[in-house]
Amino acid sequence: MMRAAIAAFLLTTTSLALAGGDELVPPVADPVVKKECGSCHMAFPPQFLPRRSWQKLVDGLASHFGEDASLPEAQRAAVLRYHLEHAADAPGAGRAASKFAASIPAGETPLRITETPRWVREHRKIKPERWKSPEVKSRLNCVACHKDAERGSWDD
Amino acid sequence: MKTWSLLAVAASAGLVASVALAEPRRDAILADLREQAKKEDPRFAGFSAERGATLYRATHQGKDGPISCSTCHGSTPLGNGQTRLGKAIDPMAVSKNPARYTDSANVEKWFKRNCTEVLGRGCTATEKGDFITFMSGQ
Ligand code: HEC
Repeated sequence: MMRAAIAAFLLTTTSLALAGGDELVPPVADPVVKKECGSCHMAFPPQFLPRRSWQKLVDGLASHFGEDASLPEAQRAAVLRYHLEHAADAPGAGRAASKFAASIPAGETPLRITETPRWVREHRKIKPERWKSPEVKSRLNCVACHKDAERGSWDD
Repeated sequence: MKTWSLLAVAASAGLVASVALAEPRRDAILADLREQAKKEDPRFAGFSAERGATLYRATHQGKDGPISCSTCHGSTPLGNGQTRLGKAIDPMAVSKNPARYTDSANVEKWFKRNCTEVLGRGCTATEKGDFITFMSGQ
């Protein structure tokens, strides 16, 4: 009886945890995207920005936040295709993606994930010194704190 | 069926070959650079690991302040580096990372980007060869 109750309790808590686990975002799987986008910073999940943002980012790679990150045509096309297919507002992109998409006003095309309302809200409690510490170094170093981000878990 | 097993044999042979060929591909890149270096400078007399080491450490005035190859690649090429955005970079020394300088398109892409960033110009063939020669001995 007791055991059954514990088992039931465990079952509900784990399934609750799973249901609450909307911070799961599949890691980038495409080898071209991993290599071309993931050398200077983590290959960010396309799910964090809408299609219009990725289109603009890929169109502007020759001047990518002040750096020339242009790609040969074949790689450029592959990178764009992958991002459009998995963007925040792509059909079937999943719950976490939809939350990002929903947080961005329709008339806006953010180019920085760190400026989306959802990102700002989720990180509002982080102290400024934390961002500057040597092991973090930049807001784009997601894995400094989200240890499992490259495996798809953004819960921590 | 026959085609499949042939394909499988060809594929695994390719795999083995690409591992075993790691050195020759680097040698081919160096041979190309040597040809270019001779064209760029008639007095060219071979690559120098010592000049490569100097290139690695020399600090220049970049657009956002002082910068050197070692800013990102680490104070020693035997260790990990880190990009300005905090992403880890594998060691540049061939002894630590035998896959280094074996894909010529990749090598050219990064020389172009990083030399422009650090030196404000592209690297010469001599500089590229010096750099790879230095790293091959590390
Ligand atoms: C702003 C950071 C940064 C600086 C400064 C920098 N690099 Fe790099 N470099 C990188 C990154 C990122 C990579 C790609 C990641 C990798 O290959 O592990 C790379 C890769 C390379 C490669 C490709 C190696 C290979 O395996 O094919 C070469 C060659 C290279 N860098 C040379 C240089 C030289 C020469 C300098 C100085 C003139 C320099 N780098 C300065 C960030 C930098």
